[in-house]
Amino acid sequence: MKDFTYSRAASLEDAGLRAKEAGVLLMAGGTTLLDLAKCGVTEPDAVIDIGRLAGLADIRLSDDGLHIGTLARMSDVADHQGVKSAFPAIAQSLSLAASPQLRNMATIGGNLLQRTRCAYFRDPGAFPACNKRQPGSGCSALGGVTRNHAVLGTSPHCIASYPGDLAAALIALDAVVELQDRKIPIANFFLEPGDTPHIETVLQPGEIVTGLFIPASPAAHCSTYLKVRDRASYEFAAASAAVALDLHEDGRTIRDLRVALGGVATTPWRARSVEQALIGKTLDESNVAQASRLATEGAVPHGDNHYKIDLVPRVVTRAILTLGGLA
Amino acid sequence: MTQTIPLTLDINGTPHALAVEPRVTLLDALREQLHLTGTKKGCDQGQCGACTVLVDGRRVLSCLTLAVQAEGCEIATIEGIAGENGELHPVQAAFLEHDAFQCGYCTPGQILSAVACIREGHAGSDTEIREYMSGNLCRCGAYNTIVDAVRQAAEAAR
Repeated sequence: MKDFTYSRAASLEDAGLRAKEAGVLLMAGGTTLLDLAKCGVTEPDAVIDIGRLAGLADIRLSDDGLHIGTLARMSDVADHQGVKSAFPAIAQSLSLAASPQLRNMATIGGNLLQRTRCAYFRDPGAFPACNKRQPGSGCSALGGVTRNHAVLGTSPHCIASYPGDLAAALIALDAVVELQDRKIPIANFFLEPGDTPHIETVLQPGEIVTGLFIPASPAAHCSTYLKVRDRASYEFAAASAAVALDLHEDGRTIRDLRVALGGVATTPWRARSVEQALIGKTLDESNVAQASRLATEGAVPHGDNHYKIDLVPRVVTRAILTLGGLA
Repeated sequence: MTQTIPLTLDINGTPHALAVEPRVTLLDALREQLHLTGTKKGCDQGQCGACTVLVDGRRVLSCLTLAVQAEGCEIATIEGIAGENGELHPVQAAFLEHDAFQCGYCTPGQILSAVACIREGHAGSDTEIREYMSGNLCRCGAYNTIVDAVRQAAEAAR
């Protein structure tokens, strides 16, 4: 790991100003930054530690919704009783992510901004070509081992998947990303790779995620995160679904449904066509299974990851039926 | 322009003064500078759990923590968890009793992680123990006896 200078931010304003300088990176929990620095993917000249800033780690529930400060640790949110009961998909997405140690370290803001686990992106020594690391250098994943790569939202320049679990739950529940001076609906926060895969979010230089807001809703209250992976724990999603469901008083007609996918797309992915096909319909296995196939509309496989196109509708189906008490 | 940062780390209740380059991890500071080699370096990438220590009572990975980040915190390592007269911590004793290791390299991390797992209240069943110990890999595959040891220590702590 290349050496860097280290200092602690005096304030959020200080951190924002410093972050505009070339070669400066902000660090909170440090799990992603140190990992990528060890891989040689990122080589900061200066690291500014924002982890000790006061007032940014609160978890606050109100009638309107849930506010999570950017410095709250994953484990604090995952184990929060209020979050577990009012926003189960949020708590579950966090408790199924990473390991207990990492969840004690990693912050919510850092979790949101984590980089892809594409093995080619993470190994600059062996694979110099990576449009995400070095714009215009090519994509080593194309034609490579692609089992964990995206099938949705890809471009000819990048097929790296967004690895996070929390963001799928956030996008299903219409969360808002709070910065110092503006708020961005999470649906507009992440950018598909297109021909600029190195630009992953709409954050401008010096902008810092200060927190998240998740609006309360009956669907959020009845939500779940289903994660399917190659081993039982401590693994990224082969495919996952964050689903939120609200039924009419008859207990079987769907009033509101949110479906988002993890592990299969270049960004946290909202499957609105599944939602639209089911809202107003009867919750039953046949309707749900048929609509869930729409989740992979437009999916493009790249060899090894073809299985995700079959897997996603099954994951979505199971998640919806589980919420509806039918699985 | 190498920066050297003087700092004091509180390790197992004892202050240790040292000077580190900013990039030095807590793991390397413990092992290379303070010669506390009980904490093991496995993957050095946050994937294996061998370097697990407690910082302010919470289990963390010392390979992904900068030494400077731990300044002002209470750090607990395997060297500090036995009693004052050398009596084993109940988790250590349970690991011995159940032969919960083969080569032993992952064991300090397993034990620190188990101590925290039990304190967190995440050792209520074998399934829960497996889930909440999943951040500690054992390449010898001693998982069954590790679960036995954690279960016994958790029951004894109740």
